Amino acid sequence: MNHGGSILAYALQQLINGVTLGMIYGLIAVGYTMVYGIIGMINFAHGDVFMIGAFLSLIALVGLAAIGVTAVPLALAMALLFAAAISALYGWAIERVAYRPLRGSFRLAPLISAIGMSITLENYVQVVQGARVKPLMPLIPGGITLMNQNGFAVRLGWLQMLIVLVTLLVLAIFTWLVTRTPLGRAMRACEQDLKMTALLGIDVDRTISLTFVIGAALAAVAGFMFLLYYGSIDFFIGFIAGVKAFTAAVLGGIGSLPGAVLGGLLIGLIETFWSAYFSVQYKDVAAFSILAIALIFLPTGLLGRAEVEKV
Amino acid sequence: MSAAFRDAFLSALVSLGLFGPIVGLQTVPAPGGLALRMRPVLVGVLVALVFFGRLLFLAFWQMRRAGGAKTFQPLLSAIEKAVPLRQTGRFVAPLLLLLALIWPFVVGRYYLDLGILVLTYVMLGWGLNVVVGLAGLLDLGYVAFYAVGAYSYALLAQFTGLGFWACLPISGLLAALWGITLGFPVLRLRGDYLAIVTLAFGEIIRIVLLNWVSLTGGPNGISGIPRPTLFGLSFSGDGPGTFAGFFHLEPSPIHRIVFLYYVILGLALLTNLVAIRLRRMPLGRAWEALREDEIASRSLGINITITKLTAFAVGACFGGFAGAFFATRQGFISPESFTFMESATVLAIVVLGGLGSQLGVALAAIVMIGGSELFREFADYRMLVFGLALVVMMAVRPRGLVATRRPSISLGAARAISAEMVAQGRG
Repeated sequence: MNHGGSILAYALQQLINGVTLGMIYGLIAVGYTMVYGIIGMINFAHGDVFMIGAFLSLIALVGLAAIGVTAVPLALAMALLFAAAISALYGWAIERVAYRPLRGSFRLAPLISAIGMSITLENYVQVVQGARVKPLMPLIPGGITLMNQNGFAVRLGWLQMLIVLVTLLVLAIFTWLVTRTPLGRAMRACEQDLKMTALLGIDVDRTISLTFVIGAALAAVAGFMFLLYYGSIDFFIGFIAGVKAFTAAVLGGIGSLPGAVLGGLLIGLIETFWSAYFSVQYKDVAAFSILAIALIFLPTGLLGRAEVEKV
Repeated sequence: MSAAFRDAFLSALVSLGLFGPIVGLQTVPAPGGLALRMRPVLVGVLVALVFFGRLLFLAFWQMRRAGGAKTFQPLLSAIEKAVPLRQTGRFVAPLLLLLALIWPFVVGRYYLDLGILVLTYVMLGWGLNVVVGLAGLLDLGYVAFYAVGAYSYALLAQFTGLGFWACLPISGLLAALWGITLGFPVLRLRGDYLAIVTLAFGEIIRIVLLNWVSLTGGPNGISGIPRPTLFGLSFSGDGPGTFAGFFHLEPSPIHRIVFLYYVILGLALLTNLVAIRLRRMPLGRAWEALREDEIASRSLGINITITKLTAFAVGACFGGFAGAFFATRQGFISPESFTFMESATVLAIVVLGGLGSQLGVALAAIVMIGGSELFREFADYRMLVFGLALVVMMAVRPRGLVATRRPSISLGAARAISAEMVAQGRG
């Protein structure tokens, strides 16, 4: 870590990397926070939907290359849409099979079912796709050099720009969906009072299903970008990424959508700076400790509102 | 009927979407990157399974709705009358105990090792059952205490030269201390947050063990952990100071295995005894009250802090004992053995056995650990089956296989709480 006279440049580089990573966490965190907002459960399998999204992207990219789609932008767009669509189907099926039958069951039932679903998905992918790490060649190499200080060049990759732009675009569509459409209104109503919303003639089951579908599609976008950014995936990436994204959701205030993105950015930055200045080995410890600290000292998060426990 | 077919067809279509890309297109290493291998037959089989499975399910459902009260209810109650669970329990438990006691004399080396493994999980299950089953605190990081116990013994033996029996209580105490330390900050958290935080703690402990190379040896672990002795009699070699020499027996490695078997049997039974006795004490009743309703128990004057912390400490203590036993049995430990999957396995045992049911946990451990060892060639599918079992169990019998429980204390006649009532929110 000898960055002598280039302290500023080094920090700037970490900032760029951290924001890129934070965007990925933020997208996953939105799925956690939406589901929690509506039915008050931690969708433990959400991280594994992210992993499935990454695998679907990989399969699509390899398949498209095999059938001769060589134009990179076209292949990327098709792979992204494919991964998002199939992952959305996974999100729907998971809710239908593992969570819907448990409404009104005892307190721990949905969470235990979600843990079971997470284990199932991980091992399902391990069995059908193999346990080995899957590599992918870099598709978008290169970038621009922002500044050069004492031999340390700050680079902003095209891929990093793409990740940030796609995330912002997806989040913009998502914000429009939640704030401007009937579906978004129904979702916000469900979040406030599930029973009352049902009494007013909203199909609550359908709204919950669509929440899972949207969350899964966002997670698939995150998985797609994770695959491009890191260039290798395996069946276990959903576990760590899931816990970190959950941390992001808690840090930002669970139930709050802007909070999830803010939390994702913070976790991405903290993790990157921690790795850069302290130790890479303990970067997961940093993220997990933040989770514990946030839950203990700041249970409502940065942008969340206090939850009143009703008897 | 045509509606059922349409439903099954739609399910099959969805499963085609789910399985088609991930199962049907396998990424395999190829020169210059990856290639896809098509598996259309496998996808076809899976989709057909979903189609007919859904059809069968719908047929069953319709039959139950049409004549459910008439055909199924008497059948179910007849079964329950024929095999009354409490009587069966009274009958099965001593039989299992007897079998456990004579096990080393009727089986060979392989099944003896399997017995030790199963009993380790029975003990872990009973330990976790105190936390999850009795107190209702979902602990996803139980393996952390197992690891603390194992490393405590290994390090104590390495640095102080103490033997297994001296280190065993210390390991348990250290694990209990960790339980309290980790439990204290998470006291105020709701059930599902608690689960995630305990999971995070479990991972933190594993990462620290992995990276603190100067103390724990990192990924290489600690080897040469001393074996246990019987009142100072060693189980290796021949001579006056050894087991074989003292009892004038032919030295044989099987003595040590049999001894280990009885050690873990004793430890597991101790766990069971303590859990059963504690359950009848005010503390155990407070745990169960806490599990059913935290706010109500608080308003009845139960000290939530003490109640939760003791549950954590007792559970962790038994985890620590089991960990010390694991270390002495293996002679070698590394962070590899203490992953989240281990916590998930123990949790699955507790959940499938029935939260709070001692016999259920033992049966679940025997079926799950014994079963997955016997079908070794399907080892890849083991966790897949465990995960699916958790999902199905929550939908079908949320309180586990041995689901009928009688409250430890009640006003008036004791009313059994069955899974059906729980599902309706009355349990």
